[in-house]
Amino acid sequence: MNFRRILKAIFQSQLGPIFALAFILMLFAVADQRWSSGNYLSPRNFRVMMNSAALIAVPALGMTMIIIAAGIDLSAGTALTLCGTVLATQFKYAAVAAGEPGFAWVVIQAVCLTLLTGCLCGLVNGGLISLTKVVPFIVTLGTMTIFLGVGQIISKESTVYADEKNIPEWLSDFCYTGSNSERYLNFGIFPNVPNSVLLTLILAFAVVLLLRYTVFGRNVFAIGSSESTARLCGVNVPFTIIAVYTLAGVFVALGGLMYYANVKNGNPSDGMGKELEIIAAVVLGGGSLSGGRGSILGTLMGALIITAIRSGCAQLSILNTYTHIIIGGIIIVAVIVDQLRHGSPEWFFRLLPAKTVEN
Amino acid sequence: MRGQPILEVNRICKAFGPTKALRGVDLKVRAGEVLALIGENGAGKSTLLKILSGAHRADSGQMTIGDRPFRPAGPSDTRQSGVAMIYQELNLAPELSVEDNLLLGDRGHGGGLLIRKRQRPKVREALETVGLGGLSPTAIVGEQSIATQQMIEIARALVAEARIILLDEPTSSLPQKDVARLFSIINDLKERQIGMVYISHFLEEVREVADRYTVLRDGENVGEGKMEDADDDTIVSLMVGRDVKNLFPTVPHIPGEPWVRVQELTGFPYPKKVNIELRRGEIFGIAGLVGAGRTELIRTVFGLDHSSAGSVSVNGKPIPSTIRERIKAGFGFISEDRKNEGLAQDLSIIDNLTLSRLGDYTTMGVLNLKRRKQAAEKLLKRVQVKCKASDQAVSELSGGNQQKVAIARILHQQADILLMDEPTKGIDVGTKAEVYQMLGELAATGKTIVFVSSYLPELLAVCDRIGVMSRGELRDVRDTVDWTEEEVMRVAIV
Repeated sequence: MNFRRILKAIFQSQLGPIFALAFILMLFAVADQRWSSGNYLSPRNFRVMMNSAALIAVPALGMTMIIIAAGIDLSAGTALTLCGTVLATQFKYAAVAAGEPGFAWVVIQAVCLTLLTGCLCGLVNGGLISLTKVVPFIVTLGTMTIFLGVGQIISKESTVYADEKNIPEWLSDFCYTGSNSERYLNFGIFPNVPNSVLLTLILAFAVVLLLRYTVFGRNVFAIGSSESTARLCGVNVPFTIIAVYTLAGVFVALGGLMYYANVKNGNPSDGMGKELEIIAAVVLGGGSLSGGRGSILGTLMGALIITAIRSGCAQLSILNTYTHIIIGGIIIVAVIVDQLRHGSPEWFFRLLPAKTVEN
Repeated sequence: MRGQPILEVNRICKAFGPTKALRGVDLKVRAGEVLALIGENGAGKSTLLKILSGAHRADSGQMTIGDRPFRPAGPSDTRQSGVAMIYQELNLAPELSVEDNLLLGDRGHGGGLLIRKRQRPKVREALETVGLGGLSPTAIVGEQSIATQQMIEIARALVAEARIILLDEPTSSLPQKDVARLFSIINDLKERQIGMVYISHFLEEVREVADRYTVLRDGENVGEGKMEDADDDTIVSLMVGRDVKNLFPTVPHIPGEPWVRVQELTGFPYPKKVNIELRRGEIFGIAGLVGAGRTELIRTVFGLDHSSAGSVSVNGKPIPSTIRERIKAGFGFISEDRKNEGLAQDLSIIDNLTLSRLGDYTTMGVLNLKRRKQAAEKLLKRVQVKCKASDQAVSELSGGNQQKVAIARILHQQADILLMDEPTKGIDVGTKAEVYQMLGELAATGKTIVFVSSYLPELLAVCDRIGVMSRGELRDVRDTVDWTEEEVMRVAIV
């Protein structure tokens, strides 16, 4: 086989992010075996990684849709912790404790309010973007701090802790990664897969179908590729944009719910910087910030790549500071590779050896 | 000295992967003459220009300027060697001043410092040469008309002391009267012993300005000679490689009863109180200068631009002025800006084709992709789009094929009133003929076509009636037999 052809095939296939993830896992697994405890690919650590990836991936599903529609949402991080804080206050000030009659109603109310908060955040973003025509970057830069402020009002500028008794069992177990099989909602099919991961997979599948098999999905791609063409074809552009941001808001709220299940408290300022992680997952997965391009499978891989690197560095006792540098470097490299794939990779492939020895 | 070759291109080859864009092309440009480079889209003209401007590098072959070998590695090399490009789309920085644009790419004096005052005489002289003596060097380029911007581009070539100027479809965005101005400037440049390569789809224009011609087909030279020795038919048959008997094929069709009525339609700033009655099975041409409000008129009819007064009704029923309602009523629109508005370039052919009518393929909100693909491919065959696969991105197609996709879309949309803004802009002679044929066939099936064009010969050949616009008003509507080119121009410039 020809070295050039193989490289080209890998670069140009849609499976790029999967290869990248496999490569990174392999690299850390080997390094871990050689220099550290060898726990990197243990079931326990694998579950931890999957769970952290799920925390990024769920809001990133919404972000993928936004980015495909040539938008961006910088407020996703603070909106996420705002939702988590709303959930936390609901449990903190609940009138009835778990197990008592009427608690189910408290839970339903809390979850609905959380989802509604996310929806509202998305609606504000989408509404402002399509009515004022201000670019998404600026609008969501503004709402980013607004949502932070609103969260701090709700939390009275501190971290909201709810009594453990007041948290429903399914929620405490949502991000559980331990070895007690009974705490997993595995339906008897998936052995010890964190519930957060199950939810992520279901949601991802739903978004794939939404983007590929509905008129709404095709319209999202069309708007991202050329908004004026979409308008000319009779696509209701303002409605579609508002719907995309609102739907992304729902994913952010679900992310907030998972965040709460993971840390068991609500701190609005935790969200600062989370949006960049979410955007990075989309970009690593092949999403183009100029719109029209992005893939759900890629985004999932992107989220896994980020957590695989973070966990690997932790296993190898690499300092946090270096982890940041490595992840930053990977993002830039990923985008360059992606450009090679879609732009004109000819000059690059000319640099490779023209012919290799065949056997 | 006139007749002295200043640019010579010998046996240039260039391949992109498996496609050979150029297979040994020769070109010779002499000082003080205009060489017309003619060929269909895809013949290799733009590849050759890109090699000359340093954007691409040739696989083999030589180029010489004067006696020195010319191997440009990039635009700044080209500029150093005295070659300037004027592209179809203007390449100016609209926010910058005229002089900053003219000096863009200049190496400056004293270690990169730009001392505008010292350069000003050069700037003024260049502006005067192109007839812009009255334009302040500090004026902002974006605020000037398209024609002025075109002249500024030429002035930039002069500031760079270019000896060879390559003009790629320089008139495509110019109104008629400015074309004449451009030609007189080209004649001045000839006097200054500048050699020019002129690319255009308009044969009569080429005839007016060029001394010699070179015809390319499929990346090879197929003919050259003096302009006055060749008639149009000879050149066209060289271009397409077969005899083209009829540049404007028509299909007999008989216009029926009026059914679409545009009444007192007014927008800001244009159109102004326009009234039209369109018949079934009719091709209605709209002529006028660029900026006369033709585009604004059909955009307002389609609901893309807001109307401040007036109505559009179909079969006596007024249609609300939103795009969705107009599409529902049977209107379809082809934009003159194919690249940015007409088609979503990154999306596949299928996506572009079906975007305006996806509802046909859904059951309970779920798209049936297979059925959609079949329907799209049937249409692609009908309009004869040359493509590798229907899920190929539109950006990979040639201009003519892209235009066919745009036309296929309004057919797919099952539009009955086709509003077409410059549908033959930037496509080659052969494809143009196919488009005319298609328009005739559509009219014969009872569809109404509104055909906006700056190219009078095609309007006169294809349309049943022609209306002429000027300053936002529809000045005069007559049957085509009652118009001549001169008559149209007389009404248009009022």
